[in-house]
Amino acid sequence: MAAGTSKAAGKAAKSRKGQARLLQGNEAASLGALAAGCNFFAGYPITPASEITEYMSREMPVRGNPFIQMEDEIASIGACVGASLAGRKAMTATSGPGFSLMQENLGYAMIVEAPMVVVNVMRGGPSTGLPTNVAQGDVQQARWGTHGDHPAIVFCPSSVAECFELMVKAFNTAERFRTPVIFLADETVAHLREKVILPAEGDLEVIDRRRPTVPPDWYVPYKTDGSLIPRLADLGEGYRYHVTGLVHDERGFPTRRADEVEPFYARLFGKISRHFNDLMLTKQYSMDDAEIVLISYGCTARSCRAAVRLGRERGIKLGLLQLLTLWPFPRQAVEAALAGRKAALVPELNMGQISREVKRVNDGRTQVIRHSKMDGTMITPEEILGRMREVA
Amino acid sequence: MTAVHRSVVYDWLRHDKKFPHVWCPGCGLGILLGSLVRSLAQGGYDKNQVVLVSGIGCSGRLPVYVDVGSVHTTHGRALTFATGIKLAKPELKVIVVMGDGDATAIGGNHLIHAARRNLDLTAIIVNNLTYGMTGGQYSPTTPLGAKATTAPYGHSEPSFDISALTVTAGASFVARSTVYHVTQLDQMLSQAIAKKGFGVVEVLSPCHTNYGRQNRLGSQVEMMKSYKKQAVRMDRWDKLGSAEREGRFAIGVLADHERPTFWETYQGSVDRAQAIRKEG
Repeated sequence: MAAGTSKAAGKAAKSRKGQARLLQGNEAASLGALAAGCNFFAGYPITPASEITEYMSREMPVRGNPFIQMEDEIASIGACVGASLAGRKAMTATSGPGFSLMQENLGYAMIVEAPMVVVNVMRGGPSTGLPTNVAQGDVQQARWGTHGDHPAIVFCPSSVAECFELMVKAFNTAERFRTPVIFLADETVAHLREKVILPAEGDLEVIDRRRPTVPPDWYVPYKTDGSLIPRLADLGEGYRYHVTGLVHDERGFPTRRADEVEPFYARLFGKISRHFNDLMLTKQYSMDDAEIVLISYGCTARSCRAAVRLGRERGIKLGLLQLLTLWPFPRQAVEAALAGRKAALVPELNMGQISREVKRVNDGRTQVIRHSKMDGTMITPEEILGRMREVA
Repeated sequence: MTAVHRSVVYDWLRHDKKFPHVWCPGCGLGILLGSLVRSLAQGGYDKNQVVLVSGIGCSGRLPVYVDVGSVHTTHGRALTFATGIKLAKPELKVIVVMGDGDATAIGGNHLIHAARRNLDLTAIIVNNLTYGMTGGQYSPTTPLGAKATTAPYGHSEPSFDISALTVTAGASFVARSTVYHVTQLDQMLSQAIAKKGFGVVEVLSPCHTNYGRQNRLGSQVEMMKSYKKQAVRMDRWDKLGSAEREGRFAIGVLADHERPTFWETYQGSVDRAQAIRKEG
């Protein structure tokens, strides 16, 4: 809102479509969560994610909804899973050290199919690492952090606007697929302030989990229709069922029978993999005639966009494929982006966590070059252009 | 088995969950299960409004038999899940069943903070002095000098007093009983479940399979009977000298006081936040 605007005018502007605001990434993520219906938050302070927890501590009581700062991150995600099973749209927010602590209960949310959103604002690691610096070192952890084989859905914003949009998408995806979704931001995007046009309330699609429509006596908690996604009854609504982190049968009771275990895992993976196309979000910049393609995500994709612009001014035909979904890895979009190019460069703030994936799907289409940086600072457009001599 | 007891079992245990239960013959957890459902029946609670939450270990397998919403969570973290359930739906009666290792080792931090916050939850902590399910390793309540599969030469650490710990941490209600003192256990559970605020019942229960065998404490019956000698009612306990207290423990209510719950004090924040926002 512009300075000097009266409150009444501000309210009028709010009701009109496309309210412009200057927001920080963490704020936009929080607003996105609220817009998507988040009505439970549990968290623990950690740089650079604390602004989300603080924002929620201001907003949740206003709405009469629970906010709690727990004793650690393990407790925070535990509370979120409990709240989710009791019918709430729950979120927690953390950074690397806290995300590491959350891994066991993240797997629990996965196996009991509790929808929720976990925010990890990446900072330098491992361990305490570089708490106030940017990094992108948790990309593979977000995919494989919890033990046992499992699917994972991970979204990664590059701008403040995407913080809002992808957070709404994260909640909708969690609710639709009955699964935890990871919102993987980085310190730069989380602390960046940009102008954002927020959609009007009625313009947002908000998805709620499917709840049982049958009477409690007929409810078989993990029995599914063709969607492979079981309906979730809120605890305390008359559907007295069992929830366990043990592999369970359709009734929710523990099982070790091979003929029940195998279909259980098949459904857990299948409910996500059959909808890969809805989940793999990417954006393309100047890709049509690009000779060299940049593949990037998060704050690094911002440098790539500048590099594309600068490069083209200097006669280098660059294009960018920005990944908004990191997992499931947007294989088809990456394959298409690699085909017929002179080379692909994958800039990222780690030792090659996504470039390894790009190489995996490349299959001889082009030359894939990793561009890693791990000094706590961003990759600059000039650094990216500096690598062009090697490929041009 | 009386007719009343039969009807309690029929009403409160799941009909589609197969018995016998998973516990060793002679384990106290079956007695606790009976005591819990009697207390729930006696309190007149609505099955649809009760949620049982557990962690991992022998005690973790208790909720699955009860015909309520039951959540078998991760090791040590049951109270965190219960916190989320209770805050999401404050009208629910949320009861948490944990073991001694579950509640005071891996979950010790959650236990003291749940007590400090005075969440309106009931925590039943089954204390068998060992990790039964994993084979008899020492827990925070294993006595100094006792044998365990990870203390083959005798345990080198002093033990936690669970009840004293939770009293100090701020629980509204704390009681200790044993699976031998079943009538008292029924009463303690009833009181804890009815209590507004964080209620703790420490239930001593023998693990003859692991702890008893390693420490040559005899059969399950002998271990059960030993509670009769060791347990001293609170009024008598206060009169005992330190020499007489050796090898014994107090049973009964250790703390019972009124304190605002987390949800009650949080409503103050809600009111203030809404008033401030209204003023603009």
